[in-house]
Amino acid sequence: MATTNSAGTGSGLGHLSEAMHKRLRRKAQIDVWFERVLFGFALAVLLLLGAIIASLMVSSWPALQRYGVDFFTENRWAANVEVFGALPAIYGTLLTSIIAIVIAVPISFGIAIFLTERCPGFLRQPLSTLIELLAGIPSIIYGMWGMEVLAPLLRTWFPDVFPAGTGLTTAGIILAVMIIPFITAVSRDVINTVPSVMRESAYGLGCTTWEVARQVILPSVKGGLVGGVVLGLGRALGETMAVTFVIGNNLFLNPTLTGQGTSIAALIANQFSESDGTQRSALLALGLILFLITFAVLAFARYLLRNSTGRHA
Amino acid sequence: MLKHVFATLISGSLVIAASAQAQDAITGAGATFPYPVYSQWADAYQDESGIGLNYQAIGSGGGIQQIVAKTVTFGASDAPMTKEELDKNGLMQWPMVMGGVVAAFHIDGFDGESLNLDGDTLADIYLGNITNWNDDAIAELNPDVELPDAQITPVYRAEGSGTNFLFTNYLSKVSEDFASTVGEGKSVAWPAGVGAKANAGVASQIGSTNGAIGYVEYAYAAQNELSLVHLENSDGNVVEPSMESFMAAAGNAEWQDAPGMYLVLTDQPGADSWPITGASFILMHKEVQDAEAANQALKFFDWAYSNGNEMAQELDYVPMPDNVADMVRDSWSDIQGPNGDAVWNQ
Repeated sequence: MATTNSAGTGSGLGHLSEAMHKRLRRKAQIDVWFERVLFGFALAVLLLLGAIIASLMVSSWPALQRYGVDFFTENRWAANVEVFGALPAIYGTLLTSIIAIVIAVPISFGIAIFLTERCPGFLRQPLSTLIELLAGIPSIIYGMWGMEVLAPLLRTWFPDVFPAGTGLTTAGIILAVMIIPFITAVSRDVINTVPSVMRESAYGLGCTTWEVARQVILPSVKGGLVGGVVLGLGRALGETMAVTFVIGNNLFLNPTLTGQGTSIAALIANQFSESDGTQRSALLALGLILFLITFAVLAFARYLLRNSTGRHA
Repeated sequence: MLKHVFATLISGSLVIAASAQAQDAITGAGATFPYPVYSQWADAYQDESGIGLNYQAIGSGGGIQQIVAKTVTFGASDAPMTKEELDKNGLMQWPMVMGGVVAAFHIDGFDGESLNLDGDTLADIYLGNITNWNDDAIAELNPDVELPDAQITPVYRAEGSGTNFLFTNYLSKVSEDFASTVGEGKSVAWPAGVGAKANAGVASQIGSTNGAIGYVEYAYAAQNELSLVHLENSDGNVVEPSMESFMAAAGNAEWQDAPGMYLVLTDQPGADSWPITGASFILMHKEVQDAEAANQALKFFDWAYSNGNEMAQELDYVPMPDNVADMVRDSWSDIQGPNGDAVWNQ
């Protein structure tokens, strides 16, 4: 499209020399190729995505075919007797992520509002940098910290609830710490897009800081905030290493909040390298399920964003 | 000119590297349980012969996969393969070294030396049927000990492992309940307790959790100074885990009568036998493509049988008795190169 435009303008001018025409044509040609290359890159991502889904489906098919509905209803994952139920892992994945979101969202929004509204100028930069550093810590470090520091603390403080210190809630807390920087960074950026004139008018009307945050800032950037939360949720759902360390790795469905459990990612990490045959196929089916869950979460977020009336979404 | 020099240098070093790999390293992969002793042997063997060992401790399941796929010269597994499995894949196996799996516990304020348990009670603990240390079943086995009121937290291996296999194999032998609900295997679903990674992870989880009980390979328990459970064996004697009781169990093993050398040494008879003893196995193809590589691997195993006993004992492993080693050497005549000749001839 762009090429016909530029070529058309060139010939329309009429009095350009032959050499000039050539140069313009060549530039137009370059543009054509540039577009094609860009399109190729975009297409490659789509193809890659398609290929991953397809290969996951193909390799998980034997297990899904063999177990059918049982794969989603069986309450344990026992490789030795070839009973593969995805329920404990799905439960653990969703529960730890929900715990993480419940803890991380209020804290992250609080930090973001503090940074944009109330923070003294000299503190703003160092604080932001520190939070971004938190986002850069490799997940294995969180895992070690969870096992060496958080789990023993929980064990000492609440020995009746956390006899071993590890478990679904411990994993949820670790995940919360891991996603706070992501949600905070996005929230801070979208809150910054609120025009100062809106804030100032609200303050001018006599609003308190709480009222400005609650009734002016947050509603006007609702969509962007949801986007930040979803980004965090996406990370929490797929997090492997840190979770494996502290979740307890119990393969029986244990429908409690603080008990031992497992997540899809942790289960795959623990068993994939030693698996073959049906077990490998079942683990790949778990991967497919994780993929679909993440996909569904992203799609849901899109839906929310489209429906939100936020000006700065 | 300069390019030429570089090219020559690079290709030269590549050739050297490639030939060094081909001639001077035996490749193997598998169980983590015997890894400390294998690497110790390999160091000593390299000093003597100049031939190194490239052993990847990726777990027993992975070792079986790799030898079936022929990416390594030998595989290693703590869980033996059955005769049928071996024949299906054209493999043979033999025991290389033995060791004991022990139950360790940690209770804050417990001043006794150790606790006595029997297989049934241990199985009930791992099934979640016994949840407190002052349970009557435990008290009955320990009449002289004052048991604290503490919740029991069973600790188990989270990933597939040979230690899991030995422990669940033992519990399945002694408890029908355990056999029917959990069963034996390298990777099982435990109804109760917390999982930890590797022997070291289990040991540290036990050490730091009040009321924990867990199972580890003996060397790890010794390193972490954990209190060890004394177990009742199949003769009804309560035995202490030690080199002597592992050897007593190992001495029972009738390798001659075991088809394909499939032998699991748990719950062995004998007054002093430790009930959770096991051997670690080496797997090789009966028809090998690279006779030279196979021969070098066998030379290493031969050397380890003859010279490695002391090193194994220092690391709390039980070496194979000489008569078993001789029997294994004899069985090597079954390994043939591509031309049909026996690879091993000594």
